[in-house]
Amino acid sequence: MKCNEQVQEKFLNEEIFTVYKQDKDNLIQILNEVQEHFGYIPKYTQKRLSEFLNMPMAEIYGVITFYSRFTLEPKGKYTISVCLGTACFVKGSQKILDRLKERLKIEPGQTTADGKYSLDETRCVGACGLAPVFTVNGEVYGKATVQKIDQVLDELEGRESK
Amino acid sequence: MEKVKLTIDNKEVEIEKNATVLQAAKKAGIDIPTLCYLKEINEVGDCRMCLVEIEGRRGFTASCIQKVEEGMKVRTNTPEVMEARRMMLDLILSNHPQDCLTCVRSGNCELQSLANQYNINEIQYKGERIEHEIDDLSPSIVRDTNKCILCRRCISTCKNVQKIGAIDCVNRGFESCISTVGNESLNNVNCTFCGQCIKACPTGALHEKEEIDNVWEKLRDEDTIVIAQTAPAVRAGIGEEFGMPIGTNAVGKMVASLKRLGFDKVFDTNTGADFTIMEEATEFVDRFTKEDNLPMITSCSPGWVRFIEKYYPDMLNHLSSCKSPHQMFGAIIKSYYAKKEGIDPSKIYVVSVMPCIAKKYEKDRPEMEVDGIRDVDAVITTRELAKMVKQANIDFVNIEDSEFDSPMGEATGAGAIFGTTGGVMEAALRTAQELITGKELEKIDFESVRGEKGIKRAEVEIAGKTIKVVVAHGLGNARTVLDEMKEGKVDYQFVEIMACPGGCIMGGGQPIKSSKTRSEVDVRKLRAKALYTIDEKSTIRKSHENPMLKKIYKDYIGEPGGELAEKLLHTTYSAKPKYDIGNE
Amino acid sequence: MKTLEEIRKIRESKKKELELRVNTKADTREKHILVCHGTGCTSSKSNVILENFKNIIKERNIENVRVIKTGCFGLCAKGPIVIIRPEDTFYAMVTPDDCEEIIETHIVQGKTVDRLLCKDIDGSIVNRLDDLNFYKKQKRIALKNCGVINPEDIDEYIAFDGYLALEKVLKEQSRDEVIETVSKSGLRGRGGAGFPTGKKWELTKAVEGEQKYVVCNADEGDPGAFMDRSILEGDPHCVLEAMAIAGYAIGANKGYIYVRAEYPIAVQRLKIAINQAREYGLLGKNIFDTGFDFDIDIRLGAGAFVCGEETALLESIEGKRGQPRIKPPYPAASGLWGKPTLINNVETYANITKIILNGADWYSSIGTENSKGTKVFALGGNVNNIGLVEVPMGTTLREIVYDIGGGIPNGRDFKAAQTGGPSGGCIPKEHLDTPIDYESLKEIGSMMGSGGMIIMDDTKCMVNLARFYLEFTVSESCGKCTPCRIGTKRMLEILERLCEGKGEEEDLEKLDKLAHMIIKSSVCGLGQTAPNPVISVMRYFNEEFKEHAIDKHCRTSECKAISKITINSELCKGCGLCQKSCPVNAIEGEAREVRKINQEKCIKCGTCLSKCPFKAIS
Repeated sequence: MKCNEQVQEKFLNEEIFTVYKQDKDNLIQILNEVQEHFGYIPKYTQKRLSEFLNMPMAEIYGVITFYSRFTLEPKGKYTISVCLGTACFVKGSQKILDRLKERLKIEPGQTTADGKYSLDETRCVGACGLAPVFTVNGEVYGKATVQKIDQVLDELEGRESK
Repeated sequence: MEKVKLTIDNKEVEIEKNATVLQAAKKAGIDIPTLCYLKEINEVGDCRMCLVEIEGRRGFTASCIQKVEEGMKVRTNTPEVMEARRMMLDLILSNHPQDCLTCVRSGNCELQSLANQYNINEIQYKGERIEHEIDDLSPSIVRDTNKCILCRRCISTCKNVQKIGAIDCVNRGFESCISTVGNESLNNVNCTFCGQCIKACPTGALHEKEEIDNVWEKLRDEDTIVIAQTAPAVRAGIGEEFGMPIGTNAVGKMVASLKRLGFDKVFDTNTGADFTIMEEATEFVDRFTKEDNLPMITSCSPGWVRFIEKYYPDMLNHLSSCKSPHQMFGAIIKSYYAKKEGIDPSKIYVVSVMPCIAKKYEKDRPEMEVDGIRDVDAVITTRELAKMVKQANIDFVNIEDSEFDSPMGEATGAGAIFGTTGGVMEAALRTAQELITGKELEKIDFESVRGEKGIKRAEVEIAGKTIKVVVAHGLGNARTVLDEMKEGKVDYQFVEIMACPGGCIMGGGQPIKSSKTRSEVDVRKLRAKALYTIDEKSTIRKSHENPMLKKIYKDYIGEPGGELAEKLLHTTYSAKPKYDIGNE
Repeated sequence: MKTLEEIRKIRESKKKELELRVNTKADTREKHILVCHGTGCTSSKSNVILENFKNIIKERNIENVRVIKTGCFGLCAKGPIVIIRPEDTFYAMVTPDDCEEIIETHIVQGKTVDRLLCKDIDGSIVNRLDDLNFYKKQKRIALKNCGVINPEDIDEYIAFDGYLALEKVLKEQSRDEVIETVSKSGLRGRGGAGFPTGKKWELTKAVEGEQKYVVCNADEGDPGAFMDRSILEGDPHCVLEAMAIAGYAIGANKGYIYVRAEYPIAVQRLKIAINQAREYGLLGKNIFDTGFDFDIDIRLGAGAFVCGEETALLESIEGKRGQPRIKPPYPAASGLWGKPTLINNVETYANITKIILNGADWYSSIGTENSKGTKVFALGGNVNNIGLVEVPMGTTLREIVYDIGGGIPNGRDFKAAQTGGPSGGCIPKEHLDTPIDYESLKEIGSMMGSGGMIIMDDTKCMVNLARFYLEFTVSESCGKCTPCRIGTKRMLEILERLCEGKGEEEDLEKLDKLAHMIIKSSVCGLGQTAPNPVISVMRYFNEEFKEHAIDKHCRTSECKAISKITINSELCKGCGLCQKSCPVNAIEGEAREVRKINQEKCIKCGTCLSKCPFKAIS
């Protein structure tokens, strides 16, 4: 969900401007906090950070788009990430991803039009023992199969329609 | 400085310890090709064109940033190195449009000339190219990312020299590109339209928004009186577009060509500059005596004006209210001249030939009109004029010199030096001093404000009072001066600021010099010399002594700074958002 | 703040209290239930298991039993893992529902819960962790405390000689002596390239400078590697202590740990550890009253593999895009904010305290001539015992795959082992007896890398694997230099063509030429090694490349566009397992008959291949 300027301003004043020094070096740290808090880096926040850190917006935008953790659009209610680390790849994570693309009708990095699901690829969540894995809002599902994906999606759908 | 000896292609070279291999090679007469390298501005070693082999190292080394070392053995032309360079070019070209023939930079493109040099006849590694939308929404700059080769010379210029940072590298890997925030148009971000990025670009990824077609259309329209005016710096640059040496004053050929192109009149913006001096010096004397809003800062550089409006809106009161010379001159052409000649001003089409692309934006500012009549109708750059001359098959080099049309073509030496950093200050001081003292100056050269130094400070004695002046060129330096003022560290009375480093002669609309030329020749110095020579050779070197000017003030405008002068020659400023891109 | 005396006292009393963790014969009435809280086990709800244990113990008022969260035990494939000390009983794949039974049967009645015991590869039931083949050939130095202590309790770390090495160097050794010990130990950088650690320290010390920095590279980005994460999660203090020692040695008083934000547990434990160390005065001003100041801050990465490259990492700490700097100057001369900076990775630091305490000679007695000590690997892929292993240098690949890893599952054949991740290469069967050390791996076209080791069975297509790695590099290239930005993309495009059957024979030559040029021309380590996986696969599996390029055929089912799955009628026993597993009902045939695949229906998903017990499908 997008958040309005007042909400952003409140967060920035309480958690950023009063905590961090006005130093460019802090940009990534601040962006990590913003991403964590809002689930994306809103444009208004970018503008305020440009003033706070006295750096051009283009440079901030350059940093945001460099790191895959930062996103410019809000994520869906459920973010499903498929691990494409080598261990998972060898164990067939591509099939899991393909199935999700097919069911959600979106590509990795996108969010469904109804704002419910975002699909991501990640590189190794560190649960190689459970490969292949995918996560739903950070919760790890191991030893994934196409059937398991279907099951999880059906369950989420069910939760939504209630 | 300590020296070291090294061998390059078996030649021994001795050079300062902090020199690069590229510099050492140059000293040894070896020209290593470069692409992303731009002397002192972008020395990053990214493009990998300048690769060399250094004995004892595994891979190739970028010579543009590798410092020399004692006993180093460098090879610049082994088959492997040559192959690597070909491969780099192949890869760059595989990600570059193949439409050289229709490209604005054809013939003056560093990538094209390297491809020729290395005989790249066919691309080996063809593959995906990312299509980018072209940004042509601003009145000044067109950004065609498709042609970008990621050399980042524009970024370094914008961010490190001008300290603006309107563009930067975004995304990662193959998807990397140079972009504004959110890929917004340059029109809506912090860009000041100084155009220095265009001159840094080795390809056609950045160029001015051309107005040639509009001008041709008006030239062909018999009902329109098309009047050209040319800025001081244009004459010191345009010859280069036709192979004349850098620093050639080609004023006669320029005027002749303009007339051949069909302009009804060709006037000299230097005269406009004289008007600016009259107004500005008067304004200064007034503010100086009243100690009102000091220091006064010049306002003839529209990139600079856009900068202060966006970055230091609280300091706008310091800005002189004078329009820039070509705007003043346009207003006079469409009022005084039109009246004198009995022409309907709405039938006049004023084309300013400028070394500047911010002037394209300036002419569109809503303030720049008098009674609904726009001051200037089109602005073309030095480069655009050269292109028109070529399109019209005019043999520029051999055309017989011609002179500006009277009565608006008579200018002083003071007007000429407007085109270089320190020139406005010098011209204004010549006039202000005499306005204050009423006495004629013995020495009219103010050397302390000339030269390449980014910030030039000087003290001038006038009528027993010391005036502290400062001249800054390049927006990075402008920022330093403004910050000093803000912090109350300094008490200047008069400040000259030009957006472009070097002033108008190095403006964003001037002929583009390759990286190689820029590292071998001091272009600024040569072009500046051309203008100072004009000044030296002029019989009248002070604006207020321009007889034509005196006549126009007497016959039409009245007093400098008077009511009509205010209406025609002065303007207002307002704070502008740094980023006009919304919050969502 | 604690005085040195107080720290020593904690060590003494805790040592006694925790003896049962390492000694099965410890004289105690206590029992400790250790629950693995590494990312792997946490993913399988080990946190719930921990809570359940605690609740049951509280409800039933059971005395002398403590439940401890620990770092990774290593055998992730059998997680969640619960170990009960001092008897060292090892329960595998425990679920939250099993807690009641473990408490009742094991703790209360003193009997083992047989059904939760682990079955070794040879089929034997194993009671104790150390009896597993998985552990027999391992030697745990870097992972010494992982799975033994509670990483969130500094006292437990101190109990096992924690901060003793720091005390030793600050009280007894000169800076040069510390560096000499590290040099003499033969320790080399565990991040990949294997630069001698002592040399690096020496170089950084030698540079004049008021301000220097110590940096820990915990940006473990190699997909399929989790050694560093496990150390940070299981024993964060050993990294902090080593960084302080490094700071003393090179003359720095400030350290940064650059860690992936994707490792929330590691970050959390590091934060706790830093706070505890500060509280005890083990970080901060005037440590042990010696006048030495040292403090550490955490910097989070934000998802860029290239930031594992040391200069890109520095850029990222400075808040910028992680684009590598051109070297020289090296970080030792000009690093963070232009100051002399020492950068080592997590595993390298994890060895330091042990080297200081046990001496250089002890360490250098382990390993091979030029590669000393041990190396931690994250063993994954088609191998039975997936997990974290630490072996002495010189252990052969065969020992790791078969003795420790328990061989290849489903009766398939070993095809290749990939080490060094996107910078490394594939090692084929014929090199299984290569001893693992820096030089040997390099010689056979791979590299040590940070420690990812992915095993592949014969159902894996090597061209597709090369494509996978290039896809990774292309998406992780920073985009700074031409060869890496465009060159790797063009390599990937060629590999994609090959996998789709659209390649040409000349593509192979072009690929090879481009690969070598990228290696020689790129700015940083990422580009200079990106083509390695392709080159090594082309070297050992050239036949497969030719099949893809010329015959338009993939011998595995992985490249769907050019694969055809068939059932060998001679091998098929008609069991029908394949038929049941097929998601599109493409397999035809009646019970006990040889099955056939309807090629029109087949979507080449490959499910049947792994189901066939007779290897009849290919």
